[in-house]
Amino acid sequence: MEDFIEKIYSVIDEIEPGTLAPDSNYREVPHWSSMHALILIAMVKVDYGVTITGEDLMTHHTLQDIYNLILKRKI
Amino acid sequence: MSYSYIKAVRYYLPEKVYTNEDYFRDFPEQRGNKSLKKIGVQQRSIASAEELTSDLGVQASEKLFAEFPIHKNEIDFLIFCGGERDYDFPKTSGLIQHRLGLPKRCGTIDMIDGCSGYLYGLHIAKGLIELNEFKNILLINSVTTTKDLHPKDKGSRFIFGDAAAVTLISAREEPGMGIFEFGTDGSQYDKIIRKDGGARHPLTASSYTEKEDAYGNVTSDAHLYMNGVAVFNFGLHTVPQVIQSTLVKNKISLEDVDLFIFHQANLFLIKTICSLLKIADDKVFNYMEKTGNTVSASIPIVLSEAIQSGKAKKGDKIVLCGFGVGLSWSGTLITM
Repeated sequence: MEDFIEKIYSVIDEIEPGTLAPDSNYREVPHWSSMHALILIAMVKVDYGVTITGEDLMTHHTLQDIYNLILKRKI
Repeated sequence: MSYSYIKAVRYYLPEKVYTNEDYFRDFPEQRGNKSLKKIGVQQRSIASAEELTSDLGVQASEKLFAEFPIHKNEIDFLIFCGGERDYDFPKTSGLIQHRLGLPKRCGTIDMIDGCSGYLYGLHIAKGLIELNEFKNILLINSVTTTKDLHPKDKGSRFIFGDAAAVTLISAREEPGMGIFEFGTDGSQYDKIIRKDGGARHPLTASSYTEKEDAYGNVTSDAHLYMNGVAVFNFGLHTVPQVIQSTLVKNKISLEDVDLFIFHQANLFLIKTICSLLKIADDKVFNYMEKTGNTVSASIPIVLSEAIQSGKAKKGDKIVLCGFGVGLSWSGTLITM
């Protein structure tokens, strides 16, 4: 999970390192937009080989939720 | 036997430019969205209300005839690909044939297509040359997408621009266009759509009712709607398969390709696709900083810039890949 959060810092410029926790709601990222959804989807695809969809991002809330989804689909 | 090849490409951009500064004045809340720069657009050209796709196409074509040694009498066939037409009928390609002063023996056809449309046009041209012994085909890809955008659609207004590109496809003794890969998933028709205004849903007063998506993008059924997240995932899933299939069909390895040119949907998407395919940065040529996403005109615009800059040279093997509205996709290998 720590590694996942570190990766988010490296791809989303608006987030200050050290400000995220597993229970952080990604929609509360400053200026959260569809572009940020694309960045998150791309990172998960490239680094974990897992596809997450727009619907996944709508129906989940926290970074932990997304990380759990990655673990579930990676199997 | 004669083979088809791309002999020349030119493009025309409308004079009015919409810069990122103009965009941030219209959408001040977006100023702090640093991630927008990953899309790779600094400015786009906007057609005026009086400028139609046919007008842009004529401008691009006149530029080609002025700058390249080909006479209008030598054109055997004109293919026009665009979303907007002057009239429901007659065909826009016929109007352009007359305005350009192309010979009356010149065949004409209209194609309605989006981001995959350039390769569909190339394939028709290939068939006309290799099966029908034509010598010179003009393919016009012209778009005025910004007319379809809702004024409050902050996502699409950042991405799209208007343009026309013209490609001269001619006959020569060596092959210049390889095998094409095409595909369609019509079940995803509503991912990029202008729902109202066609025969299925004629325009009514309610067509203009504003709708807002989960990311605050506003549109209506009378304007373009794009589910950007779904289209992005479609690109990540489909384009690597199209590239692999295009390489196999053309019996060439990824390493032996000199250049890859993708439809300029969004620079971030292209970079992510290249990362998945492990294509080196110097094998990809992009050009959307000054144009935005110009739908079916984007690949020929990039090709034109690649030729002008010396990045694409005679004999080079270039993979082209289009994808988008339909949803649909297309790929091929060309030899310059």
